[in-house]
Amino acid sequence: MSGAIAFTLNGLACKADTPPGARLSHLLREELGLRGTKSGCDAGDCGACTVLIDGAPACACLTPAAQVAGRSILTVEGLSRDGSPDRLQASFLRHGAAQCGICTPGMLMAAKALLDTTPRPTRQEAEDAIGGVLCRCTGYAKIVDAICDAWREAGDGAQHPVAGKAVGAPLPRLDGLQKVAGTEVFGADAWPDEALVVRAIRAPHHRARFRLGDIEAWQASRPGIAAVFTAADIPGQNRFGVIPPFADQPVLAVHETRFRGEAIALVAGEAEAIRAIDLADFPVAWEPLPPMLEPQEARRDGAVCLHETRPGNVLITGKVKCGDAHGALAASVHRATISVETGYVEHAYIEPEAGFARMNGDVLEIQACTQAPVMDQEETALVLGLPKERVRILPVSAGGGFGSKLDVSLQPLIGLVALKTGRPARMVFTRSESMMATTKRHPARMTASIGADAEGRITGMIFDGDFNTGAYASWGPTVATRVPVHASGPYRTPNYHAEARAVHTNGPISGAFRGFGVPQAAIVQESLYDDLANSLGMDRLAFRRLNALADGDRSVCGQVMDGAGIAECLDALQGDWQRALDEAASFNATNTGRKRGVGVASCWYGCGNTALPNPSTMRAGITPDGRLVLHQGATDIGQGANTVISQIFADALGVPLSTVERIGPDTALTPDCGKTSASRQTVVSGKAALLAGKALREAILRQGNMGPGAEITLDGCSLVLTEGPAVRRVDLSALPADAHGYVLTAEETYDPPTEPLDENGQGKPYAVYGYGAQLAEVDVDLALGTVRVARIVAAHDLGRVINPQLAEGQIEGGIAQGLGMALMEEYIPGRTENLHDYLIPTSGDMPEIRSILIEKPDPEGPMGAKGLGEHVLIPTAPAILNAIAHATGIRLTNVPALPHRLRAELRAKEAGA
Amino acid sequence: MTYVRPDTLGEALDRLAAQDARIAAGCTDLFTLTQDQALPWPVVDVTGIAELKTIRRTDDGWRIGAAASWRAIAAADLPTAFDALKLAAREVGSTQIQTAATIGGNLCNASPAADGVPPLLILEAEVEIASSTGTRCLPLTEFITGPRQTALRPGEMVTAILVPDHGAAGNAHFLKLGARKHLLISVAMVATRLEIDGDTIRRAALAVGACGPVATRLPALESVLEGMSAAEAPAMVTNELVFPALAPIDDIRADRAYRLEAATELLRRAVAALANGAQS
Repeated sequence: MSGAIAFTLNGLACKADTPPGARLSHLLREELGLRGTKSGCDAGDCGACTVLIDGAPACACLTPAAQVAGRSILTVEGLSRDGSPDRLQASFLRHGAAQCGICTPGMLMAAKALLDTTPRPTRQEAEDAIGGVLCRCTGYAKIVDAICDAWREAGDGAQHPVAGKAVGAPLPRLDGLQKVAGTEVFGADAWPDEALVVRAIRAPHHRARFRLGDIEAWQASRPGIAAVFTAADIPGQNRFGVIPPFADQPVLAVHETRFRGEAIALVAGEAEAIRAIDLADFPVAWEPLPPMLEPQEARRDGAVCLHETRPGNVLITGKVKCGDAHGALAASVHRATISVETGYVEHAYIEPEAGFARMNGDVLEIQACTQAPVMDQEETALVLGLPKERVRILPVSAGGGFGSKLDVSLQPLIGLVALKTGRPARMVFTRSESMMATTKRHPARMTASIGADAEGRITGMIFDGDFNTGAYASWGPTVATRVPVHASGPYRTPNYHAEARAVHTNGPISGAFRGFGVPQAAIVQESLYDDLANSLGMDRLAFRRLNALADGDRSVCGQVMDGAGIAECLDALQGDWQRALDEAASFNATNTGRKRGVGVASCWYGCGNTALPNPSTMRAGITPDGRLVLHQGATDIGQGANTVISQIFADALGVPLSTVERIGPDTALTPDCGKTSASRQTVVSGKAALLAGKALREAILRQGNMGPGAEITLDGCSLVLTEGPAVRRVDLSALPADAHGYVLTAEETYDPPTEPLDENGQGKPYAVYGYGAQLAEVDVDLALGTVRVARIVAAHDLGRVINPQLAEGQIEGGIAQGLGMALMEEYIPGRTENLHDYLIPTSGDMPEIRSILIEKPDPEGPMGAKGLGEHVLIPTAPAILNAIAHATGIRLTNVPALPHRLRAELRAKEAGA
Repeated sequence: MTYVRPDTLGEALDRLAAQDARIAAGCTDLFTLTQDQALPWPVVDVTGIAELKTIRRTDDGWRIGAAASWRAIAAADLPTAFDALKLAAREVGSTQIQTAATIGGNLCNASPAADGVPPLLILEAEVEIASSTGTRCLPLTEFITGPRQTALRPGEMVTAILVPDHGAAGNAHFLKLGARKHLLISVAMVATRLEIDGDTIRRAALAVGACGPVATRLPALESVLEGMSAAEAPAMVTNELVFPALAPIDDIRADRAYRLEAATELLRRAVAALANGAQS
């Protein structure tokens, strides 16, 4: 078959001269430049590439170009003809249906197929229509809302709050339009024309020695390969890691690999040449070595040490100790003990790692997906032997992160190629490469005991956990530190002893994943709380309420709590709790094959680094021509930093939000706002924005010689200051501009006040905490062991709600991930490196979610605000597991609760009964 | 790579005779075998052959073209005995997959978890196979010979699935089980077809998938159900009659014990659904 393929594309005749067997997604993105259609898996597992072919939804990645001959293709670019959003896109904006935006084009197209035949679908129809498109951010609820409401001509929901009224308004995200239009630039969406394509050679074994063969000859026989690089080519330090004292991971391994997927070499070449070669014949001889995949193997006497300096393969042990936990437990009237095991959890963002690097003069520029631009800059500079100033990171919109994109992935790889060849270098991880090579949630083996007195007051807790940190350190130290600080839950625990070890194995690297180990630990503690309440004969919610931390109480770290909102969250669930218990009781009285259960669990979570410096710096300025510019360096990975931080800044300055122009993040243009992790951006960068807004306001008022209440208006090249009858105009063009080009400017840094922890973990680990509690209602099919989560009511204390729509989006998305962790997600190295064997929740797996936003102001947070991003995931799994226990009497200790696991327990129980 | 997309069956068969090529239809399995951006093998694409997509009545039954998509099957006007097939059609992968994936491809891919196989087994389906030298028919039970293995010889392709009238009678049901709702590879699935006369089951056809190297019928249980009253039938679906017919394995999705038990329970429910339908 030869000759051009003729078809209709978005209503226009199109001819493409392309291989007939090429994926349609490739044709659209690479050859026709329509990059709104995303590629997430190349296997039909994620649906991000959904387009309509003659009106029917299809995966472009599975459609050979030959099959579109004579047919009509509609992509996201064809939804709107005039550049403004169509009704469906407007509804997505209005409802906050796009978070990171990577699945949005696929969602829109799947929805379009439905709406073309069913303009006013039911929720069920909408949910079914998007069943083939995975979303990892939203929990699907707002997408379904948007589809069902798309028949209305109701606009994009944009609001224009007046000065001082941005905070608290349910504004659609400010960067939403490009996400629904398909024009947002993600890692794989932009590259210089002359870019080399880079691919990595990766270890196929959990542990192996390797010997490189004749690379020169291999390369010479393959025209179009520009360069092959190995460890010997790395000009700087062949070692990286997010926490510099623990940096231990080679960019390209030397002689031995410690986990499956570790890179040993890079091949860079012209795009066509790279596509044509088979990397399987790369000259390398592997000698597999016996791997250790479980912490108990790795901790055994005589076990091989993965890293010389870490005896027993223990990377670090975190400890928090107060009072006499053992004594208190021994003296307790009620005691409960449990051991729980959890598996690897994959972040499963729909965007595999991607980006490009190029030299711009002396400076290496890297445009890629990330959560931590300045860390990328520092680590890449070290690896490449460059001063930091010669590396510039331009974060693209991250198509999901959830912690994994805090670590560098492709940055040093493409940086090396660009630096060495002088040519731009581009790389897109395959789905399996992304799953193999990047970090996971730590598998945990935890044992804990909690005691209570006769009245139900907690007396003490002992917690001990091994967290499988995999081959390299990554965020293992953070997990081992955070877990003991949080394992008590938000409850008064006067006597406490918690230890958590990060243990090396030859498994995938465990790093940061929404909650840093706390979601695993919460399963243990919240399970025990149910056991204790039951043994006390107390209502499970009342038991938690009795022990909830209150202002003035000391945490297990000895910190005196202020702004603790857990009691308010638990109280907010009371009505639903009683209703749900009543409904379950009456259902269970008349049903034998299915049982309903209700569970509750809480969370608390410290925002920002644990007892370590953690600053953000925000700059803002006014140009001589009257533009107000905010240098916003906090990466928005879908959670909404671009919007929330702008809202805070606008209100602090006292101008309408619409006057704020936002630039960044870009390490050349924006001061360091740290990393998007630890639920810190609203609190830390938000506070820096608040301070910068106030400082700029003071500078303006000084300039105009006005009092603190003056109203600030930008009017062309003038600032107009009004206070009562007094009006002053400041001619901006007459003022001298500084090095950044601003005539009035402010730059403020905020570092949350924490205090170091002593050897017993006593101190002030965080300046601000957030709190939450969730109630789960489940329905268990006893014969099949399947669990359907019917409803979750989530009460979260945000201190001050900056943006209710975005907050709800975080809650719904966090619950989706918590539900996945509870019921289906289990990454098995070498077995589940794709999105059909690794299961994440689909639209049909989500419960009805009701969010209750509580505002108990934090004395330290900006305008009282607390973090939310990670909190939302923590209570979900334990609440579901507690509900399963309530329904069935079975306490699962091996998570996820896959149907066969629950059924095995039910079978054992039936046999014993 | 040569890629041909002929308009006629004859041309396709000639190409297959001349060259060792992959047959491409929906490509939903084919593309997952490569991470390349184009199919890296010689390909004969059969989706341009109109007759392979038709679903029609024949003199003695029904003929479903091998390249009929699941979407087309779900929308086709077929007797109630095909309801299991139609239910399965709506659960293959996702709506996107159903647009492209074909019934012939499902059989040729021969996954132990192929959604199409149990519903076709209960329809007594036969597979029509053509090559440049002739045509032959095989019962579906003989066509799939093992996991990912079929009786297809070099140069042959599947052209249609034939359902005889005696298989197309009665009512049918399909149930698929796994750990999530959409985009699901089965842990176990069942297809059941009952011909009920008054309250008496005259004919029972039951099949289970994803519980052994190939999907299988359950003749022992079928013969127990035949002649029995529909109301009593569900209780007769017992471990003793089901377990010996299955040979499931432990894998990442579930263990053997669970699959056996779940298949039995699903069979019981599917039989009950049909029995209740008959009574109501």
